[in-house]
Amino acid sequence: MKLVEIKDLLQCEVLAGEDDLQVDVTQVVASDGMSEILAFAKSKELMITGLTNIQSIRTADIAGVSAVIYCRGKRPDKKVVDFAKQKRIPVLITKMVMFDICGVLYNRGLKGVS
Amino acid sequence: MTVELLRESFEIQGKNFDKAGEVSGEIKVILRDLGIDAVNLRRLVVVAFEGEMNVVMYANRGTLTLILTDEDVNLEIQDEGPGIPDIELALQEGYSTASDEMREMGFGFGMGLPNMKKNSDELRIESEVGKGTSVFAKIRLNSNV
Repeated sequence: MKLVEIKDLLQCEVLAGEDDLQVDVTQVVASDGMSEILAFAKSKELMITGLTNIQSIRTADIAGVSAVIYCRGKRPDKKVVDFAKQKRIPVLITKMVMFDICGVLYNRGLKGVS
Repeated sequence: MTVELLRESFEIQGKNFDKAGEVSGEIKVILRDLGIDAVNLRRLVVVAFEGEMNVVMYANRGTLTLILTDEDVNLEIQDEGPGIPDIELALQEGYSTASDEMREMGFGFGMGLPNMKKNSDELRIESEVGKGTSVFAKIRLNSNV
């Protein structure tokens, strides 16, 4: 599924990477624990987290994910968004909670990584 | 006989959460520019990042040394910190001594050292309580997991 479709599905606001939403995503990692993201992400997954600090983008960069969606209405600081832009990682935010996001994406055929 | 091609050391500041991860970010760029394949690159930077985070979270200061040979990449992470009393226990997934501050940063869920072990071909930990910890990780360049 293309990131732009996920954006519409989850009613996201795009904070970084507006021009990179055509990327195709098939797998998802979702956690507030960064080591958990690092343990499961293989590359190019969509990362969903409620952690909005700078470490979330560092983790996204190290894990090589395609994009980050911050859930439950949390908004990262400007320096976090700027860092994501520098690393060319699209950043989206949604008011939906993590459980609902995962349910919606799973129903559309996206899978987790194990 | 292995031939050493590159050796570079990086300082890690303990307790500086804003800078935490910068060294691993630098290492990622260096290794990518050297043409390390994507799978091994990911393994290496995960080991470096988890190691760096451990130094930032627990130690006063530390050093990460990157050593590239014609056969493997070695990461040596040495810190001046509290040390690990029971290394076997620390390697168990889920075991954690993290503070609330560390958990708020998204770390300290007992997966750091296990992640380092999982992504290394060899991992050795030496530690002295009250003095510090040294972690030696080796990733062979012909191995893919």
